[in-house]
Amino acid sequence: MSAIIDVRDVSMCFRKENEKTDTLKEFFVKLVQRRLRYTEFRALNHVNFAIQRGEAVALIGVNGSGKSTMLKLIAGVMDPTEGDVAVNGTIAPLIELGAGFDVDLTARENIFLNGALLGHNRREMQKNFDRIVDFAELWDFLDAPIRSFSSGMIARLGFAIATEVKADILVVDEILSVGDFNFAQKCHRRMEKMLSEGTTLLFVSHNTDQVKELCPRAIWLDHGNVMLDGPSAEVCDTYLEQKAQA
Amino acid sequence: MASRREQYTADKFISLFGELVKRDLRKKYRRSVLGYFWSLLNPLLMMTVMMVVFSYMFRFEIENYPLYLICGQTMFNFFNESTNMSLYSIIDNGILLKKIYVPKYVFPISRVLSCFVTMSFSLVAILIVMVFTRVQFHFTVLLFWAPMLYLLVFCCGMGLLVSSLAVRFRDVIHLYSVLTMLWMYATPVFYPIEAVPPQVVQLIRLNPMYVFITLFRELLLYGRMPGIGMWLSGAAMAALVFGLGAWVFSRLQKTFIYYI
Repeated sequence: MSAIIDVRDVSMCFRKENEKTDTLKEFFVKLVQRRLRYTEFRALNHVNFAIQRGEAVALIGVNGSGKSTMLKLIAGVMDPTEGDVAVNGTIAPLIELGAGFDVDLTARENIFLNGALLGHNRREMQKNFDRIVDFAELWDFLDAPIRSFSSGMIARLGFAIATEVKADILVVDEILSVGDFNFAQKCHRRMEKMLSEGTTLLFVSHNTDQVKELCPRAIWLDHGNVMLDGPSAEVCDTYLEQKAQA
Repeated sequence: MASRREQYTADKFISLFGELVKRDLRKKYRRSVLGYFWSLLNPLLMMTVMMVVFSYMFRFEIENYPLYLICGQTMFNFFNESTNMSLYSIIDNGILLKKIYVPKYVFPISRVLSCFVTMSFSLVAILIVMVFTRVQFHFTVLLFWAPMLYLLVFCCGMGLLVSSLAVRFRDVIHLYSVLTMLWMYATPVFYPIEAVPPQVVQLIRLNPMYVFITLFRELLLYGRMPGIGMWLSGAAMAALVFGLGAWVFSRLQKTFIYYI
Protein backbone atom coordinates (compact mmCIF):
# COMPACT_ATOMS: atom_id res chain seq x y z
CA MET A 1 0.00 0.00 0.00
CA SER A 2 1.36 3.41 -0.92
CA ALA A 3 1.81 6.14 1.65
CA ILE A 4 -0.96 8.72 2.02
CA ILE A 5 1.59 11.51 2.21
CA ASP A 6 4.90 10.96 0.50
CA VAL A 7 7.55 13.67 0.77
CA ARG A 8 10.53 12.86 -1.40
CA ASP A 9 13.71 14.88 -1.28
CA VAL A 10 11.85 18.15 -0.93
CA SER A 11 13.64 21.47 -0.86
CA MET A 12 12.02 24.86 -0.76
CA CYS A 13 13.90 28.02 -1.58
CA PHE A 14 12.51 31.48 -1.24
CA ARG A 15 13.91 34.42 -3.05
CA LYS A 16 14.39 37.09 -0.54
CA GLU A 17 14.60 40.45 -2.21
CA ASN A 18 17.39 42.49 -0.75
CA GLU A 19 15.33 45.60 -1.04
CA LYS A 20 11.63 45.49 -1.36
CA THR A 21 10.25 46.30 -4.78
CA ASP A 22 6.57 46.75 -4.36
CA THR A 23 5.88 49.35 -6.95
CA LEU A 24 6.17 49.26 -10.70
CA LYS A 25 8.44 52.24 -10.82
CA GLU A 26 10.96 50.75 -8.44
CA PHE A 27 10.77 47.47 -10.31
CA PHE A 28 11.56 49.00 -13.67
CA VAL A 29 14.22 51.29 -12.30
CA LYS A 30 15.94 48.31 -10.75
CA LEU A 31 15.39 46.16 -13.78
CA VAL A 32 17.10 48.73 -15.94
CA GLN A 33 19.92 49.20 -13.48
CA ARG A 34 20.16 45.43 -13.11
CA ARG A 35 19.84 45.78 -9.41
CA LEU A 36 17.15 43.12 -8.96
CA ARG A 37 19.17 40.91 -6.70
CA TYR A 38 17.88 38.20 -4.53
CA THR A 39 19.35 36.15 -1.77
CA GLU A 40 18.23 32.58 -1.55
CA PHE A 41 16.67 31.44 1.63
CA ARG A 42 16.32 27.73 2.08
CA ALA A 43 13.28 26.91 4.18
CA LEU A 44 13.43 23.16 3.62
CA ASN A 45 16.51 21.15 2.82
CA HIS A 46 16.13 17.72 1.21
CA VAL A 47 13.33 16.59 3.46
CA ASN A 48 12.17 12.98 3.21
CA PHE A 49 9.35 11.25 5.01
CA ALA A 50 6.29 9.16 4.32
CA ILE A 51 3.10 8.95 6.33
CA GLN A 52 0.92 5.86 6.11
CA ARG A 53 -2.86 5.84 6.11
CA GLY A 54 -4.23 6.06 9.64
CA GLU A 55 -1.05 7.33 11.24
CA ALA A 56 -0.95 10.29 13.61
CA VAL A 57 2.20 12.26 13.10
CA ALA A 58 3.37 15.46 14.75
CA LEU A 59 5.67 18.04 13.23
CA ILE A 60 7.66 19.80 15.91
CA GLY A 61 10.32 22.45 15.86
CA VAL A 62 10.96 26.04 16.88
CA ASN A 63 9.59 29.02 14.93
CA GLY A 64 11.19 29.25 11.52
CA SER A 65 12.11 25.60 11.38
CA GLY A 66 10.07 25.01 8.23
CA LYS A 67 6.92 23.48 9.73
CA SER A 68 4.51 25.91 8.11
CA THR A 69 6.27 25.68 4.77
CA MET A 70 5.95 21.91 4.95
CA LEU A 71 2.22 22.23 5.65
CA LYS A 72 1.77 24.59 2.73
CA LEU A 73 3.46 22.13 0.42
CA ILE A 74 1.25 19.32 1.67
CA ALA A 75 -1.86 21.47 1.33
CA GLY A 76 -0.86 22.24 -2.24
CA VAL A 77 -0.76 26.02 -1.97
CA MET A 78 2.90 26.05 -3.01
CA ASP A 79 5.05 23.84 -5.15
CA PRO A 80 8.47 22.71 -3.91
CA THR A 81 11.60 24.06 -5.57
CA GLU A 82 12.98 20.55 -5.75
CA GLY A 83 11.55 17.14 -5.02
CA ASP A 84 8.02 15.91 -4.95
CA VAL A 85 5.11 15.94 -2.50
CA ALA A 86 2.46 13.30 -3.21
CA VAL A 87 -0.84 13.33 -1.33
CA ASN A 88 -3.25 10.47 -1.96
CA GLY A 89 -6.39 11.68 -0.28
CA THR A 90 -8.56 14.61 0.67
CA ILE A 91 -7.30 17.13 3.19
CA ALA A 92 -9.33 18.91 5.85
CA PRO A 93 -7.20 21.79 7.01
CA LEU A 94 -8.01 23.54 10.22
CA ILE A 95 -7.57 26.98 8.84
CA GLU A 96 -6.30 29.78 10.98
CA LEU A 97 -8.93 31.34 13.12
CA GLY A 98 -11.53 32.81 10.83
CA ALA A 99 -9.51 32.70 7.62
CA GLY A 100 -12.21 30.91 5.70
CA PHE A 101 -15.03 32.90 7.23
CA ASP A 102 -16.69 36.08 6.20
CA VAL A 103 -17.46 38.13 9.28
CA ASP A 104 -20.44 39.84 7.67
CA LEU A 105 -22.24 36.58 7.06
CA THR A 106 -24.17 34.58 9.61
CA ALA A 107 -22.95 31.30 11.09
CA ARG A 108 -25.39 29.41 8.88
CA GLU A 109 -24.14 31.10 5.71
CA ASN A 110 -20.54 30.62 6.76
CA ILE A 111 -20.97 26.89 7.20
CA PHE A 112 -21.89 26.55 3.54
CA LEU A 113 -19.27 29.03 2.35
CA ASN A 114 -16.51 27.39 4.34
CA GLY A 115 -17.61 23.95 3.24
CA ALA A 116 -17.52 25.02 -0.40
CA LEU A 117 -14.02 26.41 0.03
CA LEU A 118 -12.94 23.10 1.52
CA GLY A 119 -14.35 21.38 -1.55
CA HIS A 120 -17.70 20.10 -0.27
CA ASN A 121 -20.88 20.70 -2.19
CA ARG A 122 -24.07 22.04 -0.69
CA ARG A 123 -25.71 18.62 -0.43
CA GLU A 124 -22.87 17.23 1.68
CA MET A 125 -22.99 20.27 3.92
CA GLN A 126 -26.75 20.01 4.32
CA LYS A 127 -26.33 16.41 5.39
CA ASN A 128 -23.77 17.34 8.03
CA PHE A 129 -25.31 20.65 9.03
CA ASP A 130 -27.05 19.55 12.22
CA ARG A 131 -24.03 17.74 13.56
CA ILE A 132 -21.77 20.69 12.84
CA VAL A 133 -23.99 23.03 14.78
CA ASP A 134 -24.34 20.46 17.57
CA PHE A 135 -20.62 20.17 17.97
CA ALA A 136 -20.02 23.91 17.79
CA GLU A 137 -22.91 24.50 20.24
CA LEU A 138 -24.14 27.41 18.21
CA TRP A 139 -27.85 26.68 17.73
CA ASP A 140 -28.80 29.95 19.45
CA PHE A 141 -26.55 32.07 17.25
CA LEU A 142 -27.07 30.51 13.86
CA ASP A 143 -28.43 33.63 12.22
CA ALA A 144 -26.18 36.19 13.82
CA PRO A 145 -23.30 37.61 11.79
CA ILE A 146 -20.10 36.09 13.10
CA ARG A 147 -18.45 39.46 13.58
CA SER A 148 -20.28 39.43 16.89
CA PHE A 149 -18.84 36.04 17.88
CA SER A 150 -16.09 35.49 20.40
CA SER A 151 -12.85 33.92 19.19
CA GLY A 152 -13.81 30.73 21.00
CA MET A 153 -17.10 30.51 19.13
CA ILE A 154 -15.36 30.98 15.79
CA ALA A 155 -12.76 28.36 16.65
CA ARG A 156 -15.52 25.92 17.58
CA LEU A 157 -17.30 26.50 14.31
CA GLY A 158 -14.09 26.12 12.29
CA PHE A 159 -13.16 22.90 14.04
CA ALA A 160 -16.65 21.49 13.65
CA ILE A 161 -16.78 22.17 9.90
CA ALA A 162 -13.31 20.77 9.23
CA THR A 163 -13.87 17.60 11.20
CA GLU A 164 -17.51 16.77 10.57
CA VAL A 165 -17.26 16.25 6.84
CA LYS A 166 -15.16 13.18 6.32
CA ALA A 167 -11.66 13.75 4.94
CA ASP A 168 -8.71 11.38 4.68
CA ILE A 169 -6.20 13.72 6.26
CA LEU A 170 -6.75 16.19 9.05
CA VAL A 171 -4.19 18.94 9.36
CA VAL A 172 -4.15 20.66 12.72
CA ASP A 173 -1.99 23.72 13.07
CA GLU A 174 -1.80 25.07 16.62
CA ILE A 175 -5.53 25.62 16.81
CA LEU A 176 -6.20 23.93 20.09
CA SER A 177 -4.60 26.79 21.97
CA VAL A 178 -7.80 28.77 21.54
CA GLY A 179 -11.03 27.84 23.22
CA ASP A 180 -11.54 26.93 26.82
CA PHE A 181 -10.68 23.72 28.63
CA ASN A 182 -13.98 22.01 27.81
CA PHE A 183 -13.62 22.71 24.16
CA ALA A 184 -10.01 21.51 24.07
CA GLN A 185 -11.16 18.25 25.68
CA LYS A 186 -13.93 17.91 23.15
CA CYS A 187 -11.57 18.49 20.23
CA HIS A 188 -9.20 15.98 21.69
CA ARG A 189 -11.91 13.33 21.91
CA ARG A 190 -13.04 14.11 18.39
CA MET A 191 -9.52 13.68 17.03
CA GLU A 192 -9.07 10.40 18.84
CA LYS A 193 -12.34 9.17 17.42
CA MET A 194 -11.29 10.18 13.92
CA LEU A 195 -7.99 8.39 14.37
CA SER A 196 -9.74 5.22 15.43
CA GLU A 197 -11.83 5.47 12.27
CA GLY A 198 -8.75 5.57 10.09
CA THR A 199 -8.23 9.29 9.48
CA THR A 200 -4.63 10.36 9.12
CA LEU A 201 -3.63 13.19 11.43
CA LEU A 202 -0.90 15.71 10.85
CA PHE A 203 -0.41 17.78 13.95
CA VAL A 204 1.81 20.83 14.23
CA SER A 205 2.59 22.08 17.68
CA HIS A 206 5.11 23.45 20.16
CA ASN A 207 3.31 21.68 22.94
CA THR A 208 5.21 18.44 23.42
CA ASP A 209 2.73 17.13 26.01
CA GLN A 210 -0.11 17.30 23.52
CA VAL A 211 2.09 15.75 20.87
CA LYS A 212 2.98 12.77 23.07
CA GLU A 213 -0.64 12.26 23.95
CA LEU A 214 -2.05 12.34 20.42
CA CYS A 215 0.68 11.13 18.13
CA PRO A 216 2.79 7.99 18.38
CA ARG A 217 5.23 9.43 15.87
CA ALA A 218 6.93 12.80 15.62
CA ILE A 219 9.17 14.51 13.10
CA TRP A 220 11.49 17.23 14.38
CA LEU A 221 12.43 19.93 11.91
CA ASP A 222 15.21 22.42 12.47
CA HIS A 223 16.33 25.03 9.94
CA GLY A 224 14.64 23.00 7.23
CA ASN A 225 16.38 19.74 8.07
CA VAL A 226 14.79 16.64 9.53
CA MET A 227 16.67 16.21 12.80
CA LEU A 228 14.85 13.16 14.05
CA ASP A 229 11.93 11.03 12.97
CA GLY A 230 10.60 8.34 15.28
CA PRO A 231 8.49 7.57 18.34
CA SER A 232 7.19 10.84 19.72
CA ALA A 233 8.41 10.30 23.29
CA GLU A 234 12.01 9.95 22.16
CA VAL A 235 11.85 12.74 19.61
CA CYS A 236 10.19 15.16 22.03
CA ASP A 237 12.70 14.43 24.78
CA THR A 238 15.70 14.96 22.51
CA TYR A 239 14.06 18.13 21.17
CA LEU A 240 13.49 19.50 24.66
CA GLU A 241 17.01 18.62 25.74
CA GLN A 242 18.54 20.39 22.82
CA LYS A 243 16.32 23.41 23.37
CA ALA A 244 17.35 23.54 27.01
CA GLN A 245 21.00 23.58 26.01
CA ALA A 246 20.58 26.31 23.45
CA MET B 1 -0.76 9.89 -7.97
CA ALA B 2 -3.85 11.95 -7.37
CA SER B 3 -3.15 15.62 -7.29
CA ARG B 4 -5.21 18.03 -5.27
CA ARG B 5 -6.17 19.85 -8.41
CA GLU B 6 -8.10 16.84 -9.62
CA GLN B 7 -10.28 16.70 -6.56
CA TYR B 8 -12.27 19.66 -7.82
CA THR B 9 -15.08 18.11 -9.82
CA ALA B 10 -17.62 20.11 -11.78
CA ASP B 11 -20.14 19.64 -9.01
CA LYS B 12 -17.83 21.11 -6.36
CA PHE B 13 -17.00 24.00 -8.65
CA ILE B 14 -20.60 24.96 -9.08
CA SER B 15 -21.10 24.83 -5.32
CA LEU B 16 -18.06 27.01 -4.77
CA PHE B 17 -19.10 29.59 -7.37
CA GLY B 18 -22.63 29.53 -6.01
CA GLU B 19 -21.55 30.21 -2.44
CA LEU B 20 -19.13 32.97 -3.44
CA VAL B 21 -21.70 34.73 -5.60
CA LYS B 22 -24.32 34.42 -2.86
CA ARG B 23 -21.88 35.91 -0.39
CA ASP B 24 -21.29 38.98 -2.57
CA LEU B 25 -25.00 39.48 -3.14
CA ARG B 26 -25.84 39.13 0.53
CA LYS B 27 -23.14 41.56 1.53
CA LYS B 28 -24.01 44.13 -1.07
CA TYR B 29 -27.36 45.11 0.35
CA ARG B 30 -27.01 43.87 3.91
CA ARG B 31 -28.54 46.28 6.38
CA SER B 32 -30.13 48.46 3.74
CA VAL B 33 -33.86 48.98 3.99
CA LEU B 34 -34.58 48.72 0.29
CA GLY B 35 -32.19 45.81 -0.35
CA TYR B 36 -32.20 44.45 -3.86
CA PHE B 37 -34.58 47.19 -4.86
CA TRP B 38 -31.52 49.43 -5.03
CA SER B 39 -30.33 47.56 -8.12
CA LEU B 40 -33.44 48.82 -9.82
CA LEU B 41 -33.60 52.25 -8.26
CA ASN B 42 -29.96 53.20 -8.64
CA PRO B 43 -29.80 53.12 -12.45
CA LEU B 44 -33.01 55.15 -12.62
CA LEU B 45 -31.68 57.79 -10.26
CA MET B 46 -28.34 57.96 -12.03
CA MET B 47 -30.08 58.29 -15.34
CA THR B 48 -32.19 61.15 -14.03
CA VAL B 49 -29.16 63.01 -12.74
CA MET B 50 -27.27 62.59 -16.01
CA MET B 51 -30.34 63.55 -17.96
CA VAL B 52 -30.71 66.78 -16.07
CA VAL B 53 -27.03 67.60 -16.38
CA PHE B 54 -26.71 66.78 -20.04
CA SER B 55 -30.04 68.16 -21.20
CA TYR B 56 -29.45 71.58 -19.71
CA MET B 57 -25.72 72.03 -19.77
CA PHE B 58 -24.58 70.26 -22.89
CA ARG B 59 -27.08 69.56 -25.57
CA PHE B 60 -26.82 66.53 -27.73
CA GLU B 61 -29.29 65.75 -30.45
CA ILE B 62 -30.23 62.24 -29.47
CA GLU B 63 -33.65 60.67 -29.82
CA ASN B 64 -34.98 59.09 -26.65
CA TYR B 65 -32.09 60.36 -24.56
CA PRO B 66 -33.24 58.61 -21.32
CA LEU B 67 -33.10 55.20 -22.94
CA TYR B 68 -29.87 56.05 -24.74
CA LEU B 69 -28.34 56.97 -21.38
CA ILE B 70 -29.57 54.07 -19.31
CA CYS B 71 -28.47 51.48 -21.90
CA GLY B 72 -24.92 52.80 -22.02
CA GLN B 73 -24.74 53.49 -18.34
CA THR B 74 -25.98 50.05 -17.25
CA MET B 75 -23.40 48.32 -19.36
CA PHE B 76 -20.55 50.62 -18.45
CA ASN B 77 -21.43 50.41 -14.78
CA PHE B 78 -21.26 46.65 -14.91
CA PHE B 79 -17.82 46.85 -16.47
CA ASN B 80 -16.65 49.36 -13.90
CA GLU B 81 -18.09 47.57 -10.89
CA SER B 82 -17.14 44.04 -11.82
CA THR B 83 -13.55 44.77 -12.73
CA ASN B 84 -13.06 46.96 -9.69
CA MET B 85 -14.35 44.20 -7.44
CA SER B 86 -12.11 41.65 -9.17
CA LEU B 87 -9.14 43.92 -8.69
CA TYR B 88 -9.04 43.17 -4.97
CA SER B 89 -10.31 39.60 -5.12
CA ILE B 90 -7.00 37.79 -4.82
CA ILE B 91 -5.56 40.20 -2.28
CA ASP B 92 -8.72 39.99 -0.13
CA ASN B 93 -8.56 36.21 -0.01
CA GLY B 94 -4.84 36.11 0.70
CA ILE B 95 -5.00 34.43 4.10
CA LEU B 96 -7.17 31.69 2.68
CA LEU B 97 -4.98 31.09 -0.35
CA LYS B 98 -2.01 30.64 1.94
CA LYS B 99 -3.73 27.86 3.81
CA ILE B 100 -5.76 25.72 1.46
CA TYR B 101 -5.71 24.85 -2.18
CA VAL B 102 -8.55 26.59 -4.00
CA PRO B 103 -8.48 27.21 -7.74
CA LYS B 104 -7.51 30.87 -7.64
CA TYR B 105 -9.49 32.11 -10.58
CA VAL B 106 -12.78 31.45 -8.79
CA PHE B 107 -12.29 34.68 -6.83
CA PRO B 108 -12.19 37.23 -9.68
CA ILE B 109 -14.70 35.28 -11.78
CA SER B 110 -17.22 34.91 -8.98
CA ARG B 111 -17.13 38.65 -8.35
CA VAL B 112 -17.81 39.36 -12.01
CA LEU B 113 -20.67 36.88 -11.89
CA SER B 114 -22.24 38.47 -8.84
CA CYS B 115 -22.14 41.87 -10.55
CA PHE B 116 -23.75 40.24 -13.55
CA VAL B 117 -26.62 39.12 -11.37
CA THR B 118 -27.17 42.65 -10.07
CA MET B 119 -26.96 44.00 -13.60
CA SER B 120 -29.73 41.62 -14.56
CA PHE B 121 -31.95 43.26 -11.95
CA SER B 122 -31.17 46.58 -13.56
CA LEU B 123 -32.70 45.33 -16.78
CA VAL B 124 -36.06 45.92 -15.13
CA ALA B 125 -35.11 49.58 -14.89
CA ILE B 126 -34.39 49.63 -18.62
CA LEU B 127 -37.73 48.00 -19.30
CA ILE B 128 -39.47 50.65 -17.22
CA VAL B 129 -37.76 53.40 -19.21
CA MET B 130 -38.73 51.68 -22.46
CA VAL B 131 -42.36 51.58 -21.42
CA PHE B 132 -42.37 55.16 -20.15
CA THR B 133 -40.76 56.60 -23.25
CA ARG B 134 -43.16 54.59 -25.42
CA VAL B 135 -40.42 53.12 -27.48
CA GLN B 136 -41.56 50.73 -30.19
CA PHE B 137 -40.84 47.16 -29.28
CA HIS B 138 -39.16 45.25 -32.07
CA PHE B 139 -38.33 41.59 -32.25
CA THR B 140 -34.65 42.58 -31.93
CA VAL B 141 -35.26 43.24 -28.22
CA LEU B 142 -35.30 39.47 -27.75
CA LEU B 143 -31.58 39.40 -28.52
CA PHE B 144 -30.71 41.72 -25.61
CA TRP B 145 -28.76 38.95 -23.90
CA ALA B 146 -26.17 38.60 -26.66
CA PRO B 147 -24.26 41.86 -26.06
CA MET B 148 -24.56 41.18 -22.33
CA LEU B 149 -22.89 37.84 -22.84
CA TYR B 150 -20.09 39.50 -24.81
CA LEU B 151 -19.65 41.98 -22.03
CA LEU B 152 -19.59 39.23 -19.42
CA VAL B 153 -16.79 37.36 -21.21
CA PHE B 154 -14.91 40.62 -21.68
CA CYS B 155 -15.22 41.54 -18.00
CA CYS B 156 -14.10 38.07 -16.89
CA GLY B 157 -10.97 38.57 -18.97
CA MET B 158 -10.36 42.04 -17.56
CA GLY B 159 -11.03 40.76 -14.04
CA LEU B 160 -8.47 37.98 -14.41
CA LEU B 161 -5.97 40.42 -15.86
CA VAL B 162 -6.22 43.18 -13.26
CA SER B 163 -6.58 40.88 -10.24
CA SER B 164 -3.38 39.03 -11.05
CA LEU B 165 -1.42 42.16 -11.91
CA ALA B 166 -2.57 43.86 -8.72
CA VAL B 167 -1.07 41.09 -6.60
CA ARG B 168 2.39 41.68 -7.98
CA PHE B 169 2.18 45.45 -8.29
CA ARG B 170 -0.23 47.24 -6.01
CA ASP B 171 0.23 50.30 -8.23
CA VAL B 172 -2.30 48.74 -10.55
CA ILE B 173 -5.01 49.49 -8.00
CA HIS B 174 -4.33 53.20 -8.16
CA LEU B 175 -3.70 53.23 -11.85
CA TYR B 176 -6.90 51.38 -12.59
CA SER B 177 -9.24 54.04 -11.22
CA VAL B 178 -7.65 56.55 -13.59
CA LEU B 179 -7.89 54.10 -16.43
CA THR B 180 -11.60 53.43 -15.91
CA MET B 181 -12.27 57.15 -15.80
CA LEU B 182 -10.44 57.63 -19.07
CA TRP B 183 -12.28 54.64 -20.46
CA MET B 184 -15.62 56.13 -19.51
CA TYR B 185 -14.92 59.34 -21.39
CA ALA B 186 -13.69 57.34 -24.35
CA THR B 187 -16.99 55.50 -24.49
CA PRO B 188 -20.10 57.20 -25.87
CA VAL B 189 -22.21 56.67 -22.75
CA PHE B 190 -23.77 60.11 -22.55
CA TYR B 191 -22.67 61.64 -25.86
CA PRO B 192 -23.26 60.48 -29.43
CA ILE B 193 -20.28 59.25 -31.39
CA GLU B 194 -21.00 62.00 -33.93
CA ALA B 195 -19.96 64.58 -31.33
CA VAL B 196 -16.40 63.29 -31.47
CA PRO B 197 -13.87 64.75 -33.93
CA PRO B 198 -13.55 62.47 -36.98
CA GLN B 199 -9.90 61.62 -36.25
CA VAL B 200 -10.88 60.12 -32.91
CA VAL B 201 -13.91 58.21 -34.18
CA GLN B 202 -11.78 55.44 -35.64
CA LEU B 203 -10.08 55.06 -32.29
CA ILE B 204 -13.34 54.85 -30.41
CA ARG B 205 -14.58 52.17 -32.76
CA LEU B 206 -11.74 50.01 -31.47
CA ASN B 207 -13.05 50.42 -27.93
CA PRO B 208 -14.77 47.15 -26.98
CA MET B 209 -17.15 48.99 -24.65
CA TYR B 210 -18.32 51.10 -27.58
CA VAL B 211 -19.02 47.97 -29.60
CA PHE B 212 -20.98 46.23 -26.83
CA ILE B 213 -23.02 49.31 -25.97
CA THR B 214 -23.78 50.03 -29.60
CA LEU B 215 -24.98 46.47 -30.15
CA PHE B 216 -27.21 46.80 -27.12
CA ARG B 217 -28.67 50.15 -28.22
CA GLU B 218 -29.27 49.01 -31.77
CA LEU B 219 -31.33 46.11 -30.48
CA LEU B 220 -33.27 47.90 -27.76
CA LEU B 221 -33.47 51.52 -28.77
CA TYR B 222 -33.45 51.58 -32.56
CA GLY B 223 -34.92 48.14 -33.18
CA ARG B 224 -32.34 47.44 -35.84
CA MET B 225 -30.39 44.28 -36.41
CA PRO B 226 -26.68 45.16 -36.15
CA GLY B 227 -24.51 44.08 -39.08
CA ILE B 228 -22.57 40.86 -39.01
CA GLY B 229 -19.30 42.84 -38.89
CA MET B 230 -20.33 44.46 -35.62
CA TRP B 231 -21.29 41.12 -34.11
CA LEU B 232 -18.04 39.51 -35.16
CA SER B 233 -15.79 42.33 -34.02
CA GLY B 234 -17.54 42.33 -30.63
CA ALA B 235 -17.04 38.59 -30.26
CA ALA B 236 -13.42 38.87 -31.33
CA MET B 237 -12.70 41.64 -28.81
CA ALA B 238 -14.33 39.73 -25.96
CA ALA B 239 -12.50 36.52 -26.83
CA LEU B 240 -9.19 38.32 -27.22
CA VAL B 241 -9.38 40.06 -23.85
CA PHE B 242 -10.57 36.88 -22.16
CA GLY B 243 -7.65 34.98 -23.67
CA LEU B 244 -5.18 37.63 -22.59
CA GLY B 245 -6.55 37.74 -19.05
CA ALA B 246 -6.56 33.96 -18.71
CA TRP B 247 -3.03 33.73 -20.06
CA VAL B 248 -1.60 36.40 -17.76
CA PHE B 249 -3.45 34.98 -14.77
CA SER B 250 -2.20 31.45 -15.38
CA ARG B 251 1.34 32.74 -15.76
CA LEU B 252 1.24 34.76 -12.55
CA GLN B 253 -0.86 32.60 -10.24
CA LYS B 254 2.04 30.44 -9.09
CA THR B 255 3.74 33.50 -7.65
CA PHE B 256 0.68 34.91 -5.82
CA ILE B 257 1.62 33.16 -2.61
CA TYR B 258 4.81 35.23 -2.32
CA TYR B 259 3.01 38.55 -2.55
CA ILE B 260 -0.17 38.08 -0.53
